[in-house]
Amino acid sequence: MSGNNTIDTAATNDTRPVVLKVEHVAKYFRLPTEQATGLKMAFLNWTRGIKGYTEQHVLRDINFEVHQGDFFGIVGRNGSGKSTLLKIISQIYKPEQGKVTVKGKLVPFIELGVGFNPELTGRENVYLNGALLGFTREEIDAMYNDIVDFAELGDFMDQKLKNYSSGMQVRLAFSVAIKAQGDILVLDEVLAVGDEAFQRKCDNFFSQIKHDPSKTVILVTHSMDAVKKYCDKAILIKDGEIVVSGNKNDVADQYTLENLKSAKKSQEEQLSEGQYPAGLSERVPKLEVRADSSPLVKTSDPFRFHVEYEFNEKVAFYLILTVLDMQRGGIVYDTAAELQQTKHGHQTATFELPLNAICNGNYRITAQLRILPDPDNVKSNQQLAYTDENRSLDFALRIPGNNGYALLNKSAMRVAQVN
Amino acid sequence: MKQLVNRLQARYHYALVVFKELVKTNFKLRYQGSFLGVLWSVLQPLMLFAVMYMVFVKFLKFSDGTPTFPISLLCGTCLWQFFSESTGMGMRSIVDRGDLLRKIHFPNYIIVASTTMGSMISLAINLGVVILFGTFAHAHYTWRVLLVIPSIVQLYAISLGVALLLGSLYVYFRDIGHIWEVVLQAMFYATPIIYPISMVVDRGFGWAAKVMMLMPTTQTIMDIRHNLLSPEYIPTVWTTVNNKWLCLIPYVSSIVILWLGIHVFRKYSAKFAEVL
Repeated sequence: MSGNNTIDTAATNDTRPVVLKVEHVAKYFRLPTEQATGLKMAFLNWTRGIKGYTEQHVLRDINFEVHQGDFFGIVGRNGSGKSTLLKIISQIYKPEQGKVTVKGKLVPFIELGVGFNPELTGRENVYLNGALLGFTREEIDAMYNDIVDFAELGDFMDQKLKNYSSGMQVRLAFSVAIKAQGDILVLDEVLAVGDEAFQRKCDNFFSQIKHDPSKTVILVTHSMDAVKKYCDKAILIKDGEIVVSGNKNDVADQYTLENLKSAKKSQEEQLSEGQYPAGLSERVPKLEVRADSSPLVKTSDPFRFHVEYEFNEKVAFYLILTVLDMQRGGIVYDTAAELQQTKHGHQTATFELPLNAICNGNYRITAQLRILPDPDNVKSNQQLAYTDENRSLDFALRIPGNNGYALLNKSAMRVAQVN
Repeated sequence: MKQLVNRLQARYHYALVVFKELVKTNFKLRYQGSFLGVLWSVLQPLMLFAVMYMVFVKFLKFSDGTPTFPISLLCGTCLWQFFSESTGMGMRSIVDRGDLLRKIHFPNYIIVASTTMGSMISLAINLGVVILFGTFAHAHYTWRVLLVIPSIVQLYAISLGVALLLGSLYVYFRDIGHIWEVVLQAMFYATPIIYPISMVVDRGFGWAAKVMMLMPTTQTIMDIRHNLLSPEYIPTVWTTVNNKWLCLIPYVSSIVILWLGIHVFRKYSAKFAEVL
């Protein structure tokens, strides 16, 4: 019955052995409604016949398989249950239902430097940490030099850990983590440690381990760049269920979309009658920017969107649309006073934004409504309304091959050498 | 079957590795930063003994009329120190090392076992001191000294059982910590350490002396003193209680305590990481 209802279809024709199999895993936590960690409360609850807790379902029916040599990504928003899943994989938590089968030595890094003690020296900490991960003294002896070299802490190993800088501690912990000779490495958000040189080292290491067919890595991260760069497969978890499974690009894109959506949803304010949300007023009760279709853009066709507004005063007015770069920062584009509007009342204006000049990224379009009491003098304009975070449009540009460090892509601007 | 054996071996191999490393770390950390370091293992019970000797032997004139009473007092102090320390620290160990339990999967009874083993190391050092002092304090060493070893194992088993039991409860109810302190104090006074058991008998509480001797901790402590220091002067459960079958009670209950501790711990240990 196992593999049949696994969502992971790509895995069915994979001949590599399965090293981690998660079947129908479900997990709930009992959250105490009142402080129940005392004999008194336990007794009172018992006499009153109260359970004293509520059940929170964190994971429901999770299924997936990881094959040997995979670089497997688990992504999801905060609170989606991915850390719980990781703890279940690492056998720290026991699932209420289902089972997890692991083949080989699994080395979990839910947190770096587990058991690190500030009063011990760097060397002693390496051995202690190693022992907790299941390595004997001899095994650690064998990898000790590697660890120290990778951490670049050769001169400090006989110093107490409390005399290390925080960066050094993390480097040591991370070195133990990745030099530990396990078969399956479980890493939870650990990519962002150390200075740039160390980051580059880690980057090399991940690229290298990615091509090692005997090592399997399970990575939990928020960084879609990391997922796209290292992973071969990924799953997206939402509210304790797998939403997307398999292709890493689908997962990464879906994750971006989830984030765009939820930013909107979470902010829907509850306003009482006669009140207006930030940026709007009695004079302009409605102003909102909406995408025509999906805010996840994968083609370079002009991006179509609508601005819905309501304005009833018989005055000349115009809309200002501004494109912000949410990733790199800065204002990409602004329409100034070009978009004079003639229709009053509750209207929807449609616009198209050409996308061929800019690289992939996350952008936001905001709108302002301004009046122009003196049409000959642009400086006389007055802002009546603007769209706040909830009424602006966030969109993500994910055109294949259009990645770039900078905002403008090569077709928009190219530096020419003249000598 | 062979696979099962291999798996069991692999499992306990890991436990042993962690156990060794934790015992070592605990021992190192214990005297970290103190000037005299490990010497405190020796000094502390000696100083405690000095206080008790002054108060109870010199001042209150507690004695059973035998020349071995002072050394027996020192020995009893060390043994009691071990019991109260290992159970108290063992009880808190799971909560104190919650950081480990929440981050990594490993056989968590190792935490309790390594903590109690740490106290065991102190006890070994202390008993060395006791034996050394005994040569000047009328101790009579015979072949019976060998019988001390199984008694120490028994004492360790009781302590481990109690520590496992209390440790599991302590995760859920921190009240246990306070309760146990009181219970320990009561047990200390119910154990003939600072006073000789003959004092209880002399005042007409012969039955109480018998009941006291049937407590597994008392029985073990008395057995160790009897066999180690003076088979002539120090009574045991066998010399106090005449019924052979009754005398077995403390031995059997030691095993029951250990079993109960392991049983309760195993039942609840899977949930520790979530509760902490």
